[in-house]
Amino acid sequence: MNLRRAFRVWQRHLTVYTKLYKSSIALNFVEPVLYLAALGLGLGAYVKEIKGVPYVNFIAPGIIASSAMFAATYECSYGTFVRMTFQKTFDAILATPVNINDLVAGEMMWGATKSMLYGTIIMIVISAFGLVASPLVVLSIPVLFLSGLIFAEISLIFVAIVPGIDSFNYFYTLLMTPMFLFSGIFFPIDSLPPLVAKIAFFTPLYHLVNVCRASSNGSLALWDIAWVAAVVLILAPYPFRLMRRRMIK
Amino acid sequence: MFIVEAKGLIKDYGSLRAVDGIDFAIMRGECFGFLGPNGAGKTTVMGIIHCFMPPTAGDVKVFGMDVRENPSEIKAKTGVMPQDDNLDPDLSVIENLIVYARYFDIPSRESRPFAQELLGFVEMKAKENAPIRNLSGGMKRKLLLARSLINRPELLILDEPTVGLDPHSRHSVWDALQHLKSQGTTLLLTTHYMEEAERLCDRVAIMGSGKIVATDSPSRLSKTHGGTLEDVYLTLTGSPLES
Repeated sequence: MNLRRAFRVWQRHLTVYTKLYKSSIALNFVEPVLYLAALGLGLGAYVKEIKGVPYVNFIAPGIIASSAMFAATYECSYGTFVRMTFQKTFDAILATPVNINDLVAGEMMWGATKSMLYGTIIMIVISAFGLVASPLVVLSIPVLFLSGLIFAEISLIFVAIVPGIDSFNYFYTLLMTPMFLFSGIFFPIDSLPPLVAKIAFFTPLYHLVNVCRASSNGSLALWDIAWVAAVVLILAPYPFRLMRRRMIK
Repeated sequence: MFIVEAKGLIKDYGSLRAVDGIDFAIMRGECFGFLGPNGAGKTTVMGIIHCFMPPTAGDVKVFGMDVRENPSEIKAKTGVMPQDDNLDPDLSVIENLIVYARYFDIPSRESRPFAQELLGFVEMKAKENAPIRNLSGGMKRKLLLARSLINRPELLILDEPTVGLDPHSRHSVWDALQHLKSQGTTLLLTTHYMEEAERLCDRVAIMGSGKIVATDSPSRLSKTHGGTLEDVYLTLTGSPLES
């Protein structure tokens, strides 16, 4: 893998994004804000506080994490799949000095970039609503990039093995949605049955939620950050290996 | 020195042998054509030469470099006009060229004027800022040709360059290719249009079922085997001409 050539792929996505973002960016904030409003205010009227924190303040940092997660997964599942198959963008790129590993690295870096970007914007939004206690919340921004790499890796692994675009329904219904619901965003996972709590512990979103929640309260969840960094490395070989198998006959 | 040299080239897709032990060599500045019915292995050979897929066995050297070991170096000096439309639909005509140039590390201050020159060359100046979806099939082919030239390639690979084009567009692509050849670019193309091969190619290799059955200039092939190039093709490949 060559970082400069991977950057060229990243740069292509940035060029396209800066052309199209105006039509899509607003939509990306509607959903997280709806969750905050419906659950934070609606449910929050009944669930006054969790662990001494008002309910809407409890879920707000988790919404940073979930927005970051969905930004990377949409980009590197549907986005990557469309570029690979329908648009044949990858065929065009692979006819240049960019090789398959550079291309996969570029996709991952772009997914992580979007993760960081979208998480950061939600961070600004919830801070504007006064839902963040500490300015140290900005320390989670680089972690959003790191965890974005994990979500990009997982998505790319699916892209490499799914037969068609409809298969992503399984990816979202069986993997992403449960992760979104059971990673400690809406309630602490220790209230779950022990087995479910154990499974939740092994999801990357759980650790990202911990990082965002800790930093918005002015502390650093170092153990969770280490977990995220380790998983980035552990998963790293698979998207490269599987995408090569998918693309190169 | 040969620009492309293949010895004992074999390519298998699972249990299917797509290319079955072929040898060929392409000289600098010539136009070399692969002729053959669909499924003969032409596109696979092109894909191996521009390092899109590795050979199963045999040696392929491009610019004297092995396709397995130096893909980026080979691709940096090669242009590819693919059979399919793989233009970037999210970008305009000129952006397609500028973004493509970046993959070759050509900065936009250099690529923009050259891209405009190339659009003039393929008679698409007026479409510079048009979105890709507004282009006709012929214009997309011409833009793919322009894009394949953005890195000033020494070797240009064209996979069925004029398939599906109306006669006017076909002739304008031929004129463009003849101009490139006169500038010293080595051309390598696949086709199943005999007229295209006769007009452009110095030598052709006729392929059937993964093998090269004859290699020579179109005129010498006609002389040796008798009849037109089309007759020779039909006799050697034993299958009716598809178009």
